[in-house]
Amino acid sequence: MLSYTIRRVGQLIPVLLGMVFIVFMMIRAIPGNPAQLILGQQASKQAIEELTKQLGLTEPWYTQFVEYMKGLFQGDLGMSLKTRNPISDELWPHLAATIELAFVAMIIAVIIGVNAGIISAWLQNSWFDYGVMLIALIGISMPIFWFGLMEQYFVSIQLDLLPTTGREDVRAPIEAITNLYLLDTLIQGNFSQFIEVVKHLILPGIALGTIPMAIIARMTRSSMLEVMKSDYIRTARAKGLKMPLVVYKHSLKNAMIPVVTVIGLQAGLLLGGAILTETIFGWPGIGTYIYDAISSRDYPVIQSGILVIATLFVFINLIVDLLYAAIDPRIKY
Amino acid sequence: MKKSLFALVAFILILSLGLAGCNSSKTSSDGNGKKGGDGGGVMIYGKGGDAVGLDPAHETDGESFIVTEQIFEPLLSYKKENTDVQPGLAKSWEISKDNLKYTLKLEEGIKFHDGTDFNAEAVVKNFERWMNGDAAKFPYYASMFGGYKKDKAHVIKEVKAVDKNTVQFTLKRPQAPFLKNLAMSPFAISSPAAIEKYGDKIGQNPVGTGPFKFKEWKRDATITVVKNDSYWKKGLPKLDGVTFKVIKDNSARMNALTKGEVDLIDNVNPSELDKIKSNNKLQVFERPSMNVAYLGFNTEKAPFNKKEVRQAINYLVNKDELIKNFYNGTAEAAATPLPSAIAGQNKDVKDYGYNETKAKELLKKAGLEKGFKMDLWAMPVSRPYMPDGKKIAEAIQANLKKVNIDANIVTFDWGVYLEKIRKGESPAFLIGWTGDNGDADNFLYSLLDKDTINSNNYSRYNSPAVHKLLIEAQSTADEAKREVLYKKAEKIIHEDAPWVPLVHAKPILGGTSKIKDFYPHPKGSQSFVEVSMTK
Repeated sequence: MLSYTIRRVGQLIPVLLGMVFIVFMMIRAIPGNPAQLILGQQASKQAIEELTKQLGLTEPWYTQFVEYMKGLFQGDLGMSLKTRNPISDELWPHLAATIELAFVAMIIAVIIGVNAGIISAWLQNSWFDYGVMLIALIGISMPIFWFGLMEQYFVSIQLDLLPTTGREDVRAPIEAITNLYLLDTLIQGNFSQFIEVVKHLILPGIALGTIPMAIIARMTRSSMLEVMKSDYIRTARAKGLKMPLVVYKHSLKNAMIPVVTVIGLQAGLLLGGAILTETIFGWPGIGTYIYDAISSRDYPVIQSGILVIATLFVFINLIVDLLYAAIDPRIKY
Repeated sequence: MKKSLFALVAFILILSLGLAGCNSSKTSSDGNGKKGGDGGGVMIYGKGGDAVGLDPAHETDGESFIVTEQIFEPLLSYKKENTDVQPGLAKSWEISKDNLKYTLKLEEGIKFHDGTDFNAEAVVKNFERWMNGDAAKFPYYASMFGGYKKDKAHVIKEVKAVDKNTVQFTLKRPQAPFLKNLAMSPFAISSPAAIEKYGDKIGQNPVGTGPFKFKEWKRDATITVVKNDSYWKKGLPKLDGVTFKVIKDNSARMNALTKGEVDLIDNVNPSELDKIKSNNKLQVFERPSMNVAYLGFNTEKAPFNKKEVRQAINYLVNKDELIKNFYNGTAEAAATPLPSAIAGQNKDVKDYGYNETKAKELLKKAGLEKGFKMDLWAMPVSRPYMPDGKKIAEAIQANLKKVNIDANIVTFDWGVYLEKIRKGESPAFLIGWTGDNGDADNFLYSLLDKDTINSNNYSRYNSPAVHKLLIEAQSTADEAKREVLYKKAEKIIHEDAPWVPLVHAKPILGGTSKIKDFYPHPKGSQSFVEVSMTK
């Protein structure tokens, strides 16, 4: 297993290098000058030219690429063209915000999605089954920005239960240590703030979790249906085992492999794909950070941001692959 | 495995409960602090984007100035509701007869937030820093003062400290809007000690003389400023602090206001105006307009090189409909490029008005009675002066159709859009402008003088008569005389019709009814020094 892991991590390096190169070339192929966007509409032509030069954008692309790679190998993600801060300073708080949100979204998605899928399979063709599959279909096709605003309107404003936006109560701000606020408030032992953070996570968590939840529910159902048709399940039932035990113990474990794969893929997607949820809920996450960088052509931020997300994505999938062995002892690496 | 997980969770819970006890005293004192005295409290301001940086001279975006206005002050300031100049850090000023020497007397005994003295020396150091910079460091400086020390066009010859509290500017040539320029947000004075201490990091560690001190910045989330207890104006500021909270989505920001999580928001969608008006816990603030939205023609490209065609289209745009449908009434129809907050607006210039018959006559005169095909460029981004470029373009398109002009709507990414219209690649385009210093020069010269072709004169409008008037106005100090010159220029521009001036929009802010003494300034940002909140 260890050698497998090392091999997989080794394979990662050329993949990431290739990706950095493609991203580097792609963002330079789209038109638009960062200097123009930094200086805005009022800027003179001369100012734009001068800034373009200072930002090093008049150099040939290969010089720029070599410079950027040199930095990367020294662990330097570069400087933002727009804010002129080191990207490493800016990236982590944004990434932490998204990780926390994606974590909650996945917990919601997995708990509800897997259970709904199991029960649907168990009660196949019942009203419950139809209901769940209909809701799952709606979940997949619902526009997130609309759903998010509706959540805010009904849950926050009408029912006055949860806050609308942000990660914290800004009237009692949290002192960031790791920037994972759930963890930070626990470290500081401030339980009321911990509750506040949880409250802020619920609505965006649900908004972000709906699509993965629906996909997981459908996947679990179909996988379970297949397993439940197999001989050993019939045997188990013929022995007189109770249905919940058959479903949750005998079937579920064997049905889990495709479900875990989907969960891994979805978790990876949430990291970079939470832009809509982040925008609606005023969430200072990595999705909007990179999105803003794209609209202002902040090349280093786009490159490094995508690099970090891609690395995480690959690692999540590696963990999923290793989990297979834990779920099914027949699989060995 | 399961047991150990359970143990871990239990351990964390017990630990946190224990620590929560230790911390409770701190929380309660925070709670008391929040309430503050009468009119105090912390105001939460919901804004649509994060500041780029907090070194005012380096920034160009409004989102940054909204914050820096609280921390810094310029030498002079603008009056509450227009762009007339009044004392700021300088309490009085004298101008020499030849309009080349400006002597400013500074307020005495002011200290920066870091304890450094504010005096003539500090002012000189700030100006030296800017004029020795370049376009990448201090872009606004060159736009307003003609360049940097090394440039020929640079207006300021010398800045010197006459004594501890007197600063003197010597100009190379008269610059009519000089005092207005000094009052702009980018030219606020920073602590020289802090500039030295932080170097390139000054944008994250702003130190000024303003009513609030910088405390914390969580990027894309919040910026916190707290009351400056030793502020030089007695009894001010009234608030204990301001927290700026970034909520990018307009509707979500509105939701946060309705819920009471924020106290004041900007960039309210015109369509949500009624929601605020119908809620007795909220109030509307209307920012006086210092902008113009327009449909520009490239006067070098056929058929828009013909004056008749440009005038005809002026007759075909129904501004009242646009204002009703896309601005929810929060705009004025524009007859000239200048909004009414700016001295020099010519009220005698009457809008063309919607008139199909006249348009047809003019097109016939131009030999285009059968109509023609054109590209109409629509802005891809939303700005207060143009909330939805595409929809406005569609409305104009529908009207043009009536005289057989077939307009094809085109759009690009914002940066590309600006670049292309600057180069004159577009025949007709929607665009707008927000004033910088509240002077007519900043509109008419920047947008319609032959000197600014290839820059912000996207229409490539070249009128020697207008040029002569604008240059004369630049070197005249007498405000009344300047107004006359600008009014003449506006008349010629109206006749030549390089644009269809569309509207002067009044950006909308929404606040809770607790907010008192808040006056949105036309320039787009303002100090909260006098604002208070009732309980």
